[in-house]
Amino acid sequence: MFWRYFWENKLAVAGGVVVVTLLLVSLLAPYIAPYDPSYIDVKNVLVPPCKEHLLGTDQLGRDVLSRIIWGGRVSLLVGFVAVGIAVAIGTLLGAVAGYYGGWVDGLIMRFVDIMLCFPAFFLILAVVALLEPSIWNIMVVIGLTSWMGVARLVRAEFLSLKEREFVLAARSQGASDLRIIFSHILPNALGPVFVAAILGIGAAILTESALSFLGIGVQPPTPSWGNMLTAGKDNIEIAYWLSLFPGLAILITVLGYNLLGEGLRDALDPRLRT
Amino acid sequence: MGRYLLRRFLLMIPLLLGITMISFAVIHLAPGEPTGLQAEFNPKITKEARERLRAYYNLDKPLPVQYVLWLKKVMTLDFGRSFSPDGRPVTEKILERLPITLLINVSSMVLILLVAIPIGIYCATRQGSLGDRTLTVFVFVGYATPTFWLALLLMMLFGVKLGWLPISGIRSLVGYEKLSLWGKVLDWTRHLLLPVLVSAFGGLAGLSRYMRSSMLEVIRQDYITAARARGLPEGKVIYRHALKNALLPVITILGLSVPGLIGGSVIFETIFSIPGMGQLFFYSVMARDYPVIMGMLVIGSVLTLLGNLLADIAYAWADPRIRVG
Repeated sequence: MFWRYFWENKLAVAGGVVVVTLLLVSLLAPYIAPYDPSYIDVKNVLVPPCKEHLLGTDQLGRDVLSRIIWGGRVSLLVGFVAVGIAVAIGTLLGAVAGYYGGWVDGLIMRFVDIMLCFPAFFLILAVVALLEPSIWNIMVVIGLTSWMGVARLVRAEFLSLKEREFVLAARSQGASDLRIIFSHILPNALGPVFVAAILGIGAAILTESALSFLGIGVQPPTPSWGNMLTAGKDNIEIAYWLSLFPGLAILITVLGYNLLGEGLRDALDPRLRT
Repeated sequence: MGRYLLRRFLLMIPLLLGITMISFAVIHLAPGEPTGLQAEFNPKITKEARERLRAYYNLDKPLPVQYVLWLKKVMTLDFGRSFSPDGRPVTEKILERLPITLLINVSSMVLILLVAIPIGIYCATRQGSLGDRTLTVFVFVGYATPTFWLALLLMMLFGVKLGWLPISGIRSLVGYEKLSLWGKVLDWTRHLLLPVLVSAFGGLAGLSRYMRSSMLEVIRQDYITAARARGLPEGKVIYRHALKNALLPVITILGLSVPGLIGGSVIFETIFSIPGMGQLFFYSVMARDYPVIMGMLVIGSVLTLLGNLLADIAYAWADPRIRVG
């Protein structure tokens, strides 16, 4: 039923295809990329797209296509790790808040409210300014500032699930709170969390690219779509391909994750089926 | 209404305390102490500036005492003095840049409303039509577009290729003084057109999607069927009966979009060289100007809080269920 519904949603399937293709391309980057992404060729600087360099070369003569392929690895890595952190924190806090209720719930949810007041980008920038900008730091910081949605989601799931008979049955058999939370309730709440994670990857990739574009994310010479666009801005009047293609890569990737996520959400939610 | 407002105000106090606590914790994230390691090695910071910071944070006292003393100053909007050579008070530096950021954000919010609501209504009333599906794809694409990239493309098209619009600053550097009042307004508009478009773009996608689903929910209600059964023309059903109720949740979303808009100002103000809060924040981050970063963090989140408050008041004003219950 779930799969049939999902397959009928063409946009969601297209998103899934994009996501899987990108994963494969990133995994196989060393074999697919036509050139070494950091090979500097001073004789071929700022070459427009042509047969040898399908997407042209940058201001140091590096092949743009190869750099986009390798940059995909960075973006996906940041997306997955940041979302992993966010989901871990959000699930834990949401589960505890929803399961125990009372003052624990109140405390955690007020914390969520407070975190939501900060313009996330401000908080990220402030922390990155205090620590050194590096790919690890931005992954952690993006993760630490994007768990609130998951926490709210998991809490809501727990609130409705904890009153159900199977939880009562587990408790009457003497199962500990920990066991009830993690092996009885949590597996039933994972659907929406999975959807939120997929959508979160798109958002994390957007944040990473913005940070790298501003020069406080992934640092050169490591190629990332964001820092490639910095070069695009510097050469905006003479080399359109430096701006156009890395941005398209971000757009297609984020679009893929968003379409897949929305499609899964619709397929998981029986109320939306007509 | 009065009681609701009072309760709403009281709820803000713990949030404000939380915001300051987290901000305070962030500055203490720096290895050692705020004036420690990084400031020692930061050639941009003078010895006097460091001493000023030590005194400002009362670093010789226990942490909770530091926090309380700091909070007292923050309540009077005193964030200390900037590390930059001018050494001016942080509040002064932020406040002089606040109006331009607010102008751009408010304009883009108005633009979002003017475009997103009609799109939402159109899609909801013609669910599944070609127009609805096209706009849905457009909305998804808009959602996935990095705003800074869109800014680059627009600069390339309108600034470089066509040469229609200026691509940086908020007014012409040469000859601005000689313009008439009308000319000045036009000059500003030409400069701010692209930034406003760019900052509105992301929110546009989100809000029109939201408006669509909110409208879809409302037109399934019984009272809409009842209105139709009484033989009211479709236009009247949609615009008189459905729209008002479909707009309610949009108010909340608008309030929630404030932090995104403020955060986004860092990006477009940097790209378009607009002397607003976002640009100041970016410069301060690059120069590790901690006092300004802290002030910005607190003021930015307080602005968000005010945005949410305004949204809640508007909601209560529009929906009697909230104000009475």
